[in-house]
Amino acid sequence: MSNQDETPERPEADTRSAFGQSTRRTFLSRLGMAGLLTTAGPAITTLAQRSEKAEQELSAAAKDAIPVTLHVNGQKHNLRIDPRTTLLDCLREHLHLTGSKKGCDHGQCGACTVHVNGRRMNSCLCLAAMYQGDEITTIEGVGQPGNLHPIQEAFVAHDAYQCGYCTCGQIMSAVALLSEPVGPEDAEVKEFMSGNICRCGAYQNIVEAIQSVRQSTNRQKAG
Amino acid sequence: MKIFELTRADEPRQAIAAAAKANTAQQGADIRFIAGGTNLVDYMKLNVETPRQLVDVNHLPFDKIEALPDGGLSIGAVVRNSDLAYHPIVRKNYAVLSEALLSGASPQLRNMATTAGNLLQRTRCMYFRDTAMPCNKREPGSGCAAITGANRGLAILGTSEHCIASNPSDMNVALAALEATIHISGPKGERSVTIGDFHLLPGNTPNRETVLEPGDLITHVTLPPPSPGNRSLYLKLRDRASFEFALASAAVVITADGGKITRARVALGGVGTKPWRSMEAEGELTGQSATQAVFQKAAEAALRDAKPQSQNGFKVELAKRCLMHALKLVTQTA
Repeated sequence: MSNQDETPERPEADTRSAFGQSTRRTFLSRLGMAGLLTTAGPAITTLAQRSEKAEQELSAAAKDAIPVTLHVNGQKHNLRIDPRTTLLDCLREHLHLTGSKKGCDHGQCGACTVHVNGRRMNSCLCLAAMYQGDEITTIEGVGQPGNLHPIQEAFVAHDAYQCGYCTCGQIMSAVALLSEPVGPEDAEVKEFMSGNICRCGAYQNIVEAIQSVRQSTNRQKAG
Repeated sequence: MKIFELTRADEPRQAIAAAAKANTAQQGADIRFIAGGTNLVDYMKLNVETPRQLVDVNHLPFDKIEALPDGGLSIGAVVRNSDLAYHPIVRKNYAVLSEALLSGASPQLRNMATTAGNLLQRTRCMYFRDTAMPCNKREPGSGCAAITGANRGLAILGTSEHCIASNPSDMNVALAALEATIHISGPKGERSVTIGDFHLLPGNTPNRETVLEPGDLITHVTLPPPSPGNRSLYLKLRDRASFEFALASAAVVITADGGKITRARVALGGVGTKPWRSMEAEGELTGQSATQAVFQKAAEAALRDAKPQSQNGFKVELAKRCLMHALKLVTQTA
């Protein structure tokens, strides 16, 4: 779905691929289209009918689109979105902030975790239009290559991921955890990270990464 | 997800007027309030809930936790579960409520979920969640697939031949043991309902889950002053150590004097079609010594009317042991 009224206040060249170049994301989406074209032959009539239906639904959605202003990572975005758009889909599909991931889409896996006014939430269960005026922070706003958040550095140092799909959500939870009432024990960290599932099972190293940051923060406080 | 109109209420009367036009009240209704959205958006994605209008109630002035002159506590309808769980008065005077909240969901969800939303939380019965299956709660008269189906996690108390769905909330169980009162503002004015009367048994109308009428808006919940010298505890048993619904849970609020129980409040979770206060268990405990034999009597009394289904017979014994262990822990330190 396009969003003609989107007016980001900074050029997004750094997050979007330039014409003719391929990022992993554009490559994968082209691959998806090619796959569809090669396998869809025999059912072409049905598909055409389907696409007509999809188009009608799309125009219905455009009819229902509402103006929304979101503050994400310190920038203001004016958008027109379907009211059904979740914060997660809005971040990924409209603002092209693809760090937040869609895992289960039902608030069970934590891959979509973002901060709203400094508190961690499941963005897949947030309707984007309800979060106008709130300060939304995604993984892109937490740190960047060359300027990583201590939790991001610790995840690298402790090998706290394997495939990486859950990692952005894990890091957003871990960053939030630093200012939550969490006891010093590993068991407490595990309990507070229970809303983030890792299929690869990197849990042990995730706990070590988080504890290393908490311990060094405590040392600094003591010093 | 079906398309809906998203509206925002800046004053309670706007929310009430909007929802008064609904055909039914709240759960399953065509016009619904939305606050945290953790339960509602999930069910909208599954087309279990298909409201044509949502009324955002997050901006209503119901976000305060306030001590009451009588020593009790008032909890606003849109107070987030995490804020309630960590509130100093809740931790000090109503430990069972803090523990119940922190045993539920995940930190992210608790940052979103609200008091009123949790009161209206809908069942996790897999047939209710699946629109391809019959379910009397979702589609009255279509039948109950759970009674002859996968019912391991479902209720053994308060069931009917039409529905055996369990109430999934932990908070509600603690509120039942604390004898909370729900305050409602509606088209006909204000009223209050005790937690015991708020949720309805499924009976012949499992689609109707609470006493709310169209337009009724929960404004706040009040807790009576803590009984002097009481100790309270929430014990939750489940398939995983965290982030899972209860198979059985117990909320206990006990006052003991020299080893003798002078006052007992007991509620069970995970086993009832509504948060399950057991006055039968309370009767067996009051005036008795805090011994294993007395706890056993209380547990037997609480589960006397249990009707296990094909796969959840284990819950009868599990709930008994859960209650007995909770009573042991809470009186050990008394």
